[in-house]
Amino acid sequence: MNFPILSAIIFIPLIGALFILVTKGEHKNIVRSSKYVAIFSSLANFFLTIFLWYSFDTSTSEFQFVEERNWMEGFINFQLGIDGISILFILLTTFIAPICIFSGIHSIKFKLKEFLIAILVMETLMLGVFCSLDLVLFYLFFEGGLIPMFLIIGIWGGPKRVYSAFKFFLFTLLGSVLMLIAIISIYWITGTTDVMKLLDIRIPQEYQYLLWLAFFSSFAVKLPMWPFHTWLPDAHVEAPTAGSVILAAILLKMAGYGFMRFSLGLFPVASDYFTPLIFTLSVIAIIYTSLVALMQDDMKKLIAYSSVAHMGFVTIGIFSLTKQGLEGSIIQMMSHGLISAALFLCVGVVYDRLHSRMISSYGGLVNIMPKYAFVFMIFVLAALGLPGTSGFVGEFLVLVGAFQINIFVAVLASLGVILSAVYMLWLYKRVIFGKVASSEIKEMADLNKTEIYIFASLVFLTIFFGIYPEPLFNTIDISVSNLIDDYKTDLNFYLTQINN
Amino acid sequence: MEYAIVFLPLLGSIISGFFGKRLGAKSCQILTSSFVSISAILSFFIFYDVLTQDYSSNKLIFNWINSGSFHVNWSINIDPLTSVMLVVVSFISSIIHFYSIGYMDDDPHKARFMAYLSLFTFAMLTLVTADNFLQLYFGWEGVGLCSYLLIGFWYKKPSANAAAIKAFIVNRVGDFGFAIGIFLIFFFYGTVNYDEVFQQTPLLLQKEIIFIGIEFNLITLICLLLFMGAMGKSAQILLHTWLPDAMEGPTPVSALIHAATMVTAGVFLVVRCSPIFEYSQVALNVVTAVGMTTAFFAATVALVQTDIKKIVAYSTCSQLGYMFFAAGVGAYHVAIFHLFTHAFFKALLFLGSGCVIHSFNNEQDIRSMGGVWKKIPFTYVLMIIGTLALTGFPFLSGYYSKDAIIEFAYLRGSTIGYLAATVGIFTALLTAIYSWRLIFKTFHGKYNNKENNLSSIHESPLTMLIPSCLLAIGAILIGILFKEMFIGYDSSQFWSSSILFLQSIQYDHPPIWLLVITPTVVIVTIPIAYYLFVANEKILKNFVLKNQVLYNFLVNKWYFDELYNFIFVEPLKKIGLFFWRKGDINTIDRYGPDGLSRLVKIISDKAVHFQSGYLYHYAFAMLIGFSILLTYLILY
Repeated sequence: MNFPILSAIIFIPLIGALFILVTKGEHKNIVRSSKYVAIFSSLANFFLTIFLWYSFDTSTSEFQFVEERNWMEGFINFQLGIDGISILFILLTTFIAPICIFSGIHSIKFKLKEFLIAILVMETLMLGVFCSLDLVLFYLFFEGGLIPMFLIIGIWGGPKRVYSAFKFFLFTLLGSVLMLIAIISIYWITGTTDVMKLLDIRIPQEYQYLLWLAFFSSFAVKLPMWPFHTWLPDAHVEAPTAGSVILAAILLKMAGYGFMRFSLGLFPVASDYFTPLIFTLSVIAIIYTSLVALMQDDMKKLIAYSSVAHMGFVTIGIFSLTKQGLEGSIIQMMSHGLISAALFLCVGVVYDRLHSRMISSYGGLVNIMPKYAFVFMIFVLAALGLPGTSGFVGEFLVLVGAFQINIFVAVLASLGVILSAVYMLWLYKRVIFGKVASSEIKEMADLNKTEIYIFASLVFLTIFFGIYPEPLFNTIDISVSNLIDDYKTDLNFYLTQINN
Repeated sequence: MEYAIVFLPLLGSIISGFFGKRLGAKSCQILTSSFVSISAILSFFIFYDVLTQDYSSNKLIFNWINSGSFHVNWSINIDPLTSVMLVVVSFISSIIHFYSIGYMDDDPHKARFMAYLSLFTFAMLTLVTADNFLQLYFGWEGVGLCSYLLIGFWYKKPSANAAAIKAFIVNRVGDFGFAIGIFLIFFFYGTVNYDEVFQQTPLLLQKEIIFIGIEFNLITLICLLLFMGAMGKSAQILLHTWLPDAMEGPTPVSALIHAATMVTAGVFLVVRCSPIFEYSQVALNVVTAVGMTTAFFAATVALVQTDIKKIVAYSTCSQLGYMFFAAGVGAYHVAIFHLFTHAFFKALLFLGSGCVIHSFNNEQDIRSMGGVWKKIPFTYVLMIIGTLALTGFPFLSGYYSKDAIIEFAYLRGSTIGYLAATVGIFTALLTAIYSWRLIFKTFHGKYNNKENNLSSIHESPLTMLIPSCLLAIGAILIGILFKEMFIGYDSSQFWSSSILFLQSIQYDHPPIWLLVITPTVVIVTIPIAYYLFVANEKILKNFVLKNQVLYNFLVNKWYFDELYNFIFVEPLKKIGLFFWRKGDINTIDRYGPDGLSRLVKIISDKAVHFQSGYLYHYAFAMLIGFSILLTYLILY
C-alpha cells in the first residue's frame, strides 16, 4: 500500500477548508460554493474511509496503513497507523462530519462560510487523533481540537456562549497542560515518542503513577468523568446544534480512545492500581448525573447529563479489562456517537422552529409532527438501552464485563439502566405527548427532506448495529484481544519484578 | 414455517406502521389481522406436530453478539412449552386483532394501533421461541415497549401517559434483577444458552457466593434474580402497581397484553427455568409465598374497586399469583395449564368488558351501570361464561386448572404447600365474590347511568361479538379437551423435554373433601352474592360504615402507590435537585472554574495596586527587596 490513504483521509477536509477560505466573489456565490465544497469533501472522505474499512485486514492486531515521515529529526515523526480499534472511530468521525455540515447549512444563519471551515478543520484534527502513532502528534491533534470547538461555541453559540466557551477552555486546558508535561517526561525517560515503540518499552514502574495521573487528568476532563463534567452541559447548551453533535459524538470519544490506547497500553501497573478510582468515579457519574438529568428543564442539558452517565459505562468497561468490557465500551462509544448525535439533532429540529430549549415550552408535538415523534422515540429508546438498539449491546456487554471483575460496581451501574428509562421517557412524555401546548407549536412543520435523510441514516445504523453488530465485533476482535494480552503480560512482568 | 410464524407479524407491523397512511386504515387492519391469523394457524400445525410426533427444532437465524466467550444467537427454538405458548399468543392475538377492527372503529389512528399490536405479537413470539436468556430479554423488553406504547396510545390523556411510563419503569426495576441474573449466569456458566445452562446446573449446586455483602447459594440467587424480573412482568406484589394503571390503554390491549400474554411471561420464565428452580427449594418457596400473597392481596383489592377494568385487572393479578404458587410447589405443568385456560377466559372477560364499555358509551364505573342484561343479552352471556370459567364453576375451563393447582399444592405435602392450598381455596371464594359483584352491579339491579338513556344502550357490532364468541367457546371447552394432555397421567411424557421435575409428580387422589370444597364454595357464593349486591344492599353498606378503616385500606389498594411515592419518587427528585444545585453548581463550579476565575480576579485586583504610578512606592519596594536580599546573603 503505497498510497498514503491515512494522510489523505486526514487532510481532505483541511483541503476543503482551504478551498472555502480562498473562494472569492459575491457573497451569495461564496456561500453556495462553500456549501458544495464542504459537503463534497466530507462525503468523499466518508466513502474513502468505507474503502479503508473494506481493505482493512481484521486478522491481525498490527498497525496497518502505517506512514512515517521525518519531521524533527530524532524527536517527532509524523507517524500514522491504525488498528481495529481506531478504524471504528475514524468511521464514526467521517460519518458524523457530513451530518454536522448538513445540519449547519440548515440552521446557521450568519458566517456560514467560516462555520464550515471550522467544522472541516475540526474533522481533520479529530481524524488526526485517531490515526497518529506519535505522542506529540497525538497531543497536537488532541488539543488542536480545542480551538475550532472554542470558536464554534464562542461565535455561533447561544446567549451565554462566552461563559461556556471559557469554562470549556479552562477545564480542558488544565488537563492538557498536565498531559503535555507527561509526554515530555516520557520522552525524557524513554527517548522516544513513537507509540509503536513505546508499547513495547516498559516504562519503569515508579514513573507510571504520576504519568498515568497526568494523562488521566486530560482524559477525565474530555470524557468527561465526574467531577470534571460541569463544563459539558454548559457547552452543549450554548453550542449550535452541529457543535453539540461533534462534541457529544466524537470529542468525548477521543478521551475513551486515549484511555484505551495510552493509559492501558503505556502504564499497565498504574492502570491496575487506579482501577478502583475509575470504578468509583464512573459509578458516581452514572447515578449522580442520571439523577441530575432527571431534574433538568432544558432539553440539551438533560441529554448532556445523560451523556456523562453513558460515558461512565465506557470507563467501567475499559478498566474492567475483560474482553466483553472493552468491546462493550467500544460499541457503547460508537452507539453513543450515533444516539447522542441524533438526540441533539432532534433538539436542534425543534429549536430551529421554536427557538426554545425549555421542555416546558413544548408538549403535544406528536399531534403536529408525527414523523419527528417517531424518530425521537427511536433514539429515546436507544438511549435507555432497549434491546434491539445499539445502545443495549454496548451497555450490556460493559456490565457483563464489569460483573466478572467487581459485582458491586456492576450492580450499582445497572441502577443507571432504570434511571435512564425514567429521565428519557419523562422527557419524551413532556415534549411529545399530551395536548398541543401552545399556538406557536401548531405552526411547526414536520421534518423536511434533508432532516428525514439524516435521521433515516442514523435510525438505520442504530437498529442495524443493535441487531447485527457482527461487523463491529469482527473489526475490533483481534485488536482488543491483543490489547488485553499485552496488558496482562506487562502487568505480570511488573508484578514478578516486585516480588523479586 | 417457524420463520413465518415469528416474522409475519413483524412484517405486518412494519407495513402498517410505515405505509398506513398510503394504504388506508381498512387495508392495514385486514393485512395485520390476516398475517397474525396465518401465524396462528401455523402455530396450531406446529403444536399438532409436537403433540403427535414429538417435533422439536432449533433454527439459527444469525449471530447477535459475539464477544470473546460471550456468544448469543438469534434463533427460533421449538419444544413443547414453546409450542403451547405459540398457540396461546398467536391465537389470542389474532382474535384481538379482529376485535380491534370493531372496537377502534372511530379512532383516527387505526393503522398505528394495528402496527403496535402486531409488533407486540412479534416481540412476544421472539420471547417464547428464544433458546437463550438474551433473546428472551430482547422479547421481554420488546413486549414491555409495546405495552408502553399501547397503554399510552391515547396520548392526549395525561393519565394514560403517566400509566405508560409507570408500566415501563416498574418493569425496568424487575428487569434490573433479571439482567443481574443473566450476568451471574454468564459469569458462572460461561454461556447464556438454555441447554448448556440447564446441563451445568447440577454441577454448581454447592457453590456459595458473596453478593452485596450477603452470602448466597448461587443457584438460589440466580433464581431469585430471575424471579424478580418475572415479578415485574407478571405484576406480582411489590411490583404490581403498574398493572391496574395500565387499564388506561384501549380494552383490546388490556385483553391481549395485560391478561392473556405479556403478563404471563413471568410464569413462562419460571417454568422455562424449571431445570434451575428445581434445585433451589428456597427460591421455590419464595415463588410460592409471593404467588399466594399476590393471589390473596389482589383478590381483596378487587372486592371494592368500582372501575370494571380495574376489577378484571386485579383479578388477573390474583390469577397470576395462582400460577406462580403452582410453579412454586413444583407443578409447572399445572401453572402452564392455568396460563392456557386463563388466557381464554380472562381475554373473554376483557373483551366482554369492552363490549359493556362500548354499550355504555365509554362508561367504566360499575356504579353507573346496572339493569341492562335484557338490553345486551349477548354481552351478558359472554360475561357470564367468562365469570363462570374464572371462578372455577364445575366443568368450565377454570375449574380444571384452578382446582388442579390447589390439589397439587395440597399433595406436595409440605407446610408451604398446605398453606398455599388454604390460601388458594380462600382466594377462590374471594374471586367468586368480586366476579359476581361485577356481574350483578353491571347487569342487574337498577339502571344507574345518568348520562345515557337506557334506550341508547345497544349491543356491540359483530366484529366485536364474533371474536368474543370464539373465546367463549374456548373458555368453556379447553379445560375438558386439554386436561389430559397438560396435566393428566401421561403429561410428564409430553413435557419431558422442556420441564424438569426433580420429584416425580404424585397423582394420588386427594381426599374427597378437598375435591368438593372449592366447587361448592364457588356455587354457593352465587346466590349469596346476588343477595348482598342486588337484593339487599343495606347489609353491605352498614358493614362498610362500621369498618371504614378496612374499606379505605382496600379501596386505596393497600396504599402501595402512596408508599412508593413517599419512598422513591419524591426523594429521587429531591436528590436529583440537590446534586444539581448543591453538587454541580454550588460545589464543583464554585470551587472549580468559577473559583479559579474569581481567584485570578482577586489576585489581579490586588496586583493592580502595586502599579500605583508613584515613584516613591517603587523606590520603597526596591529598598525593601534589596534589604531582604542583603540580609539573606549575610546570614547564609
